[in-house]
Amino acid sequence: MCIFNYESGSRDNSPVFKRRSFIKTLIAFPLGLILASSPLSWANPPTSEVNTTGLAVTDDTVTVGILHSVTGTMAISETGSVQAEKLAIDQINAMGGVLGRKIEYIQEDGASDWPTFAEKSKKLLVNDKVASVFGCWTSASRKAVLPVFEQYNGMLYYPTFYEGLEQSPNVIYTGQEATQQIIAGIDWVVKEKGAKTFYLLGSDYIWPRTSNKIARKHIEKLGLKVVGEEYYPLGHTQFNSVINKIKLKKPDVIYAIVVGGSNVAFYKQLKAAGIDLTKEKPLLLTISVTEDEILGIGGENIEGAYAAMKYFQSLDNPNNQAFVQAFKDKWGKDIVIGDVTQAAYLGPWLWKAAVEKAGSFDIDKIRAASPGIELTTAPEGYVRIHENHHLWSKTRVGLAQKDGQYKVVYESEELIEPNPFPVGYQ
Amino acid sequence: MFEEYSMAELTDILFMQGFAGLILFSVLVLMALGLAIIFGQMGVINMAHGEFMILGAYTTYLTSHIFETYLPALFDGYFFVAMALAFLVCFALGVLVEWGMIRFLFKRPLDTLLATWGLSLILQQSYRTVFGAREVGVTLPEWMMGSYSMTETIEVPINGIFVMVLTLFIASGVYFLMFRSLWGKQVRAVVQNRPMAGAVGIDTGKVDRYTFGIGCGIAGIAGSAFTMIGSTGPTSGQLYIVDTFLVVVFGGAQSLIGTIASAFTISQSQSTLEFFLSGSMAKVITLLIVVGILMLRPQGLFALKIRQ
Repeated sequence: MCIFNYESGSRDNSPVFKRRSFIKTLIAFPLGLILASSPLSWANPPTSEVNTTGLAVTDDTVTVGILHSVTGTMAISETGSVQAEKLAIDQINAMGGVLGRKIEYIQEDGASDWPTFAEKSKKLLVNDKVASVFGCWTSASRKAVLPVFEQYNGMLYYPTFYEGLEQSPNVIYTGQEATQQIIAGIDWVVKEKGAKTFYLLGSDYIWPRTSNKIARKHIEKLGLKVVGEEYYPLGHTQFNSVINKIKLKKPDVIYAIVVGGSNVAFYKQLKAAGIDLTKEKPLLLTISVTEDEILGIGGENIEGAYAAMKYFQSLDNPNNQAFVQAFKDKWGKDIVIGDVTQAAYLGPWLWKAAVEKAGSFDIDKIRAASPGIELTTAPEGYVRIHENHHLWSKTRVGLAQKDGQYKVVYESEELIEPNPFPVGYQ
Repeated sequence: MFEEYSMAELTDILFMQGFAGLILFSVLVLMALGLAIIFGQMGVINMAHGEFMILGAYTTYLTSHIFETYLPALFDGYFFVAMALAFLVCFALGVLVEWGMIRFLFKRPLDTLLATWGLSLILQQSYRTVFGAREVGVTLPEWMMGSYSMTETIEVPINGIFVMVLTLFIASGVYFLMFRSLWGKQVRAVVQNRPMAGAVGIDTGKVDRYTFGIGCGIAGIAGSAFTMIGSTGPTSGQLYIVDTFLVVVFGGAQSLIGTIASAFTISQSQSTLEFFLSGSMAKVITLLIVVGILMLRPQGLFALKIRQ
């Protein structure tokens, strides 16, 4: 009953809302023309023109939202993303902002709790009317906020590499989807290291399972063999049994997608059990350990492992050197930057580019303008937004060093096309 | 199930899995001892047990830094100092918490559950504020990280042996304290009949305070030892808490022997099942076994006979 009332209420309201905003536009149109003719407004297009849907945009500011966990289990991972987004916003403001407007942000805490994410995203979109949101980290939190963003037509820039199988008109995915990360990495170990047998290992939830499914399909397509596949509950801290199994099966490659605190336990126990990764027999390839995770694992415990990602802090290009320098200047010299942190940094820049291309803050116009947008200043090099809202990006393989950094040993020649719904891999 | 392995490999499997099971057993006992002492003595379920363990881990982290900076020559032995410090720090905080919070809620066990849970949240956020949200890496002396190889496949991790020896040491220490010392006699008297113990002149409040402190102190030592095998972050304590409760409840709340027997059962079934099934399925079946036995024996494996 209650739900019915609510629905019929909103149906009644929507034409009124549209009519009102239509009238506003009618009024705004000649006003905009008058203002546009004055020299000052060339730099600063009038608010009524660039914001027709009532977003939090004034003549000299625009408000965006940052929605990550800064408390709870996920704070460990999401802190880097918050730092990257704030840095990007600062830098954009220093360059004069977006359409002449300084970016202000409202930061909300998802507290590692998915319903809280949904609630806070509704607050940002409905009460604060933010022009875009940079946020979420786990797939679970993204799935929780997705209906909110679609209902209230917001725009979310999502930074994490993830399992794919999603494409929302209200999300731009700045991390890699699974096939971009996995296939290039496996091709590389097969070609360069002559790997024939694989042992797949992961934490037990959607991302590792979907990723390993893609990995297995690809390995079998190449005519090679998966000798074992295992999942452990999130937070599992005892890996001795699986390490014994790995020793007996003697795979060429341990393909590990363990996450969170389990990661630390896994690598420490692997080393303690006498599996020396620097000997490359077995070789370990992971897609879940960034420089951030190595801080907790300890460089000496993971030295010699390989990771397939799109970004490493050690990437040698002028964009990245400037980015790393700026990041350290702002957040301290000891800080490390992982793949997701860089992807989070792209969010505000991609949004800025879309707003400027559209000449408007309106979500619908940003959406229309987004595909094809390029960023030549990205720390990872060059990226471009695909029609499916994911990024074209290169995949790299890094070799973990004792000091906690990766040495880049391979880079795909071409940008890899994002393919969130890979045919033949499901 | 076995046909893919040769006879020699099967022997190796048996040996290595037996050893993995023993390591898991030691880990579980070490985790659960502190909680079992507190639960057995005071009937208080310390939801902040995991956070006390992490306090021990952070103490180890700080000690390693101090040694690295000021006493690099003695770095190889810092771990023992760190464990002693972890005990002292956690003991002190435990006594403080008992004095400031638990003793007022003593007659209301459900409220202590809530209060210690609140304490765990406060501690987590304090760690986050002091040490940052990211996990910290504890550097271990080189000798603790290697393995001792017996044959080509059988390699015994040194940190596993370390945990086993430590557990043996702590467990016998607790046994001595509880059953061979005056203080232990007082503790047991309070457990069996609190008013009577008070009547014969035992300061039950003081006994409670020190029991709580010692329980927390042992948690600290456990946390310190687990820096070898696990992560150290503000919420890492949560990784251990479920297993800890499982061991204590399954063993029978007031019995130390029960705790040890239950840790043994759980660890052996878990590690054997893990080898033949996947990790998640092993966990499910272990939990099913525990639930099944608890349905038949709600008091746990071993229970003290007390006149109610």
